[in-house]
Amino acid sequence: MAFSKREIENLLRLVSRTKDAELNCEECLALVAEFAEQHLAGKSIGSGLQAVEQHLAVCDECREEYEALLVTLGKIDDDSPA
Amino acid sequence: MNRDNDTWVAQLSSAGAEREVALTELRVVLFRNLRKALAGRPHVDNSFLEDAVQDALLRILDRLDQFQGRSRFVTWATSIAIRVALGELRRSRWKDVSLDSVLDDTDYAPTRAVDSSPSPELLVQQEALFHKLHELIETALTEKQRAALLAELRGMPQDEIARHLGSNRNALYKLTHDARKKLKSALQNAGYREDELELTY
Repeated sequence: MAFSKREIENLLRLVSRTKDAELNCEECLALVAEFAEQHLAGKSIGSGLQAVEQHLAVCDECREEYEALLVTLGKIDDDSPA
Repeated sequence: MNRDNDTWVAQLSSAGAEREVALTELRVVLFRNLRKALAGRPHVDNSFLEDAVQDALLRILDRLDQFQGRSRFVTWATSIAIRVALGELRRSRWKDVSLDSVLDDTDYAPTRAVDSSPSPELLVQQEALFHKLHELIETALTEKQRAALLAELRGMPQDEIARHLGSNRNALYKLTHDARKKLKSALQNAGYREDELELTY
């Protein structure tokens, strides 16, 4: 088990962004819809949602899901079936 | 029909025809949103989307009491459907890959971990930091923490890593979070300030 150059670099990036208290993936999921709506509305992110931003900076899977949600949000103004 | 958040929750929580109508409409909305969210990805066809929406509906109904109304209901439901669908795509891609095969790779060579920066000073800082981090990975982390971090860095889904380790995604997150905290604290004890960690790589 050995870390390559790229993996050490990526790990260092994650370590530098690590906080003592972080949301886990389930906690992030509970808040990410609100975070995405506020982000797209250009609103400043409140303190309660800064933890979402931090989680997205260290969790590739949640970030992938968030980016997919942003792609979708542009088209969900109409809740009714097409 | 357009529903507000309270109406979605009330109708999905009710019994009878009202619930069925709401479920049918939510199914259509989620299908449409997932199709857009996952457009262009391999293995995403109507059959996959229908299965993902069905699984997502079950999860959404199971969590209705957790919806706090701080976003639109459809946005919240879509976030859950995306997690379900991407989770399934990741699982199908990695289901036959063993953790050992992911972790089995060439030896780490510290000299390769140096950026070809033109700045000699930065080059020296990077080399020292990478050496220190490499040393800490070996000395400060448990075998399980090293395996989990490395598997994640190599792209293995968290659910799959957790399955191989006999754990779950939340417990795995705690394991890797504790490992990152341990490395950061050890680097800081070795004299690296937080801003230096950001600037050096």
